[in-house]
Amino acid sequence: MASDTIIPATRNAGSTVRRSTSSRRTQVTAAYLFVLPFFIVFIAMLVIPLGYAGYLSLFKSQLIGGLSFAGLSNYVEALTDPEFLAGIGRMGVFLLVQVPIMLAVALFLALALDSGRARGSKALRLLYFVPYAVPGVVATLMWGYLYGPDFGPFAQLFHSFGLESPNFLGQQSILGSMMNIVTWEFVGYNMIIMYAALRGIPGELYEAAEIDGASQFRIAWNIKIPAIRPAIILTVIFSIIGTFQLFNEPSLLDAIAPNAVTNGFTPNFYAYNLAFVNQDVNYAAAIAFLLGIVIAIVSYVVQLQTQRGERRQRKASK
Amino acid sequence: MKKASKTAAAMAVLAGITGFMITGCSPAGTSPAQSATAMSQEDFDKAMSTPTKLTFWTWLPDVQNEVALFEKKYPQIDVTVENVGQGGEHYQKVRTALQSGDGAPDVIQLEYQYIPSFNLTNSLLNLRPYGADDISGDYVDWAWKQVSNDKGVWAVPQDVGPMGNLYRTDILEKAGITKAPATYEEYAADAKAVKEKTGSYISNLPTNDPAQVIGLLWQAGVKPFSYDGDKTVGINVNSAEAKKVLAYWQDLIQKDLISVDADFNDQYYQGLASDKYAGWLTAAWAPIFLQGTVENTAGKWAAAPLPQWSAGEQVSGNWGGSSDAVLKTTKNPIAAAELAKFINHDEESTKMFATKQFLFPAAKSVLEDSSYTDQKVAFFGGQQVNKLFGQISNTVDTDFQWLPFTEYAYSQFNEIVGTAIGAKGDLNTALDKWQETLVSYAKDQGFTVK
Repeated sequence: MASDTIIPATRNAGSTVRRSTSSRRTQVTAAYLFVLPFFIVFIAMLVIPLGYAGYLSLFKSQLIGGLSFAGLSNYVEALTDPEFLAGIGRMGVFLLVQVPIMLAVALFLALALDSGRARGSKALRLLYFVPYAVPGVVATLMWGYLYGPDFGPFAQLFHSFGLESPNFLGQQSILGSMMNIVTWEFVGYNMIIMYAALRGIPGELYEAAEIDGASQFRIAWNIKIPAIRPAIILTVIFSIIGTFQLFNEPSLLDAIAPNAVTNGFTPNFYAYNLAFVNQDVNYAAAIAFLLGIVIAIVSYVVQLQTQRGERRQRKASK
Repeated sequence: MKKASKTAAAMAVLAGITGFMITGCSPAGTSPAQSATAMSQEDFDKAMSTPTKLTFWTWLPDVQNEVALFEKKYPQIDVTVENVGQGGEHYQKVRTALQSGDGAPDVIQLEYQYIPSFNLTNSLLNLRPYGADDISGDYVDWAWKQVSNDKGVWAVPQDVGPMGNLYRTDILEKAGITKAPATYEEYAADAKAVKEKTGSYISNLPTNDPAQVIGLLWQAGVKPFSYDGDKTVGINVNSAEAKKVLAYWQDLIQKDLISVDADFNDQYYQGLASDKYAGWLTAAWAPIFLQGTVENTAGKWAAAPLPQWSAGEQVSGNWGGSSDAVLKTTKNPIAAAELAKFINHDEESTKMFATKQFLFPAAKSVLEDSSYTDQKVAFFGGQQVNKLFGQISNTVDTDFQWLPFTEYAYSQFNEIVGTAIGAKGDLNTALDKWQETLVSYAKDQGFTVK
């Protein structure tokens, strides 16, 4: 194919029309060659494993009796599996409580930095971002120590006042404790995305607003936030995906709070336990697939809603 | 279909990678001796004088020292020791390597409770044709029974964890107790005295450690599991005897005489260091473990046998310990079997395990060696702790068996019974629920449940 394109190109060098189509063709070939490495990795590392997982999820393997085709029965089982549903529900709560708090804090910090009023904003920006640079595993271990009921600093503080320290690692409180860890970790990350978007807003808008006598608050509310809407939506989608895929936190807190963190605490942790503890790779594959579908649906619904909201707003402003 | 494609893929990879390695390091014509017939001395000598590479997966620190003894004796054999993770992680990787058909080691560390699960998948090499029976008498009986059945010998015992009672003499003295409790009745009374007079718990019943609870059940003569090596399992975790043991603990827990903290985490070590716990019903590996973890309490500890259910009895259970097994996929079964046997049988090597890595030996040669047993341990106020645990080891019930899915049983224990312990709840119903879950899993997996 490559020789086909090169030979006519040299032979008909005089014809400009020919040259443009053939050089176009070489360009297209070059473009394909450039994206080829990506597609090789994409197919080998994502599409094939995904396909394999999907294939696995259609089988049932038993310790005795081996592998047999099971159709969709793994999926049917998963949809009625109380542990899986509870995990999804828990992540739903997580999404509704933690994500808004985290994004609100991130937005506030981004606006504060952008307003230019905070001194040493460069240092602050770095400071807010540092938790994200700490690996999730290390962060969880660190928080695990902070939460410790006897030796943790919080507990010791309470003890020094002769008070009973709150149990951060109980069955009722562990979800909140995890929300705290995740918020701490990702506020800086989301803030950076929002802050970068804020820097991209043309300064004329602010000047015009100031001439009109708008306060900083009005500028933030009516100009900045609407202007970085796409960035905010991006952080929302990232957070949704991140939430449903929570794994490090339950997996590591399991060691210090084994009774609060059940095997199915988050859907991802459940899939892991199914595959590696119960040795039921097939059912785990079905769970993982369903989880992917849930994430896709929730992300899609959120995106659809925000688009609708945008359209409504545009209509209203007309 | 899955199997066929897997095999094909494995073959391709094998041909590509391992194929050249095998031909590269063993002369042509030495086909792997996989036959089940007993090997002759000639076969053995030939195999051990042929340049061979072996891989050994274990998480035991400094095991290179023992392997070096092996390599010194058999200079043609080159052993690579790899630590791929401890416990669960290790087994996951072994299983993955076995399933992918490539990259599996020759010899692995294997805890006793997981031997049946690797036998179920037919992954272990029967060591009987490789002379394992010759050394059967050199280990404490119950340990040998853990690694063998009538069908074969599946591993060589490395270390064991017969259980005893380690306690803080200083705290117990404050409560007016000068003698380790001989029976569980006394233990309960002592627990009350300790809590009232010192504020410490006499010990902790962890919420996340099925192995300890199983060890205590083992001591009480409970036989919760059995496996015939084929398709039949016995599950009896809610027997009257098991319920009696857990009811005893439930009573102490609900009276707040026993704490219910998760073990083997920082919180637990802090508890040991800060006198929260006055003792620990634990295994023979614990004396060394404590010396490393709570150095500040040196000299204040003492060791005794476990309290007994009936006065005058002397029985114990086991908690922990490992063996070394050879995987069936090995290309060099003779050399691999010899490695597993040598490091756990050679006198110098076993002694080194006991004195350098502080494993509690399964080999009688060390247990009968007075330089080991007579050693006085300063951490225990000069007590001859090794001798005591050596005696306890002889009182461990020999017929304890495991399920071929211990990982699942343990994880469900944590979910159900462990949670009930932590909630100071009803352990009787928890045992029933655990039983129900295990039976339904076993049936689902195609086992016949006895």
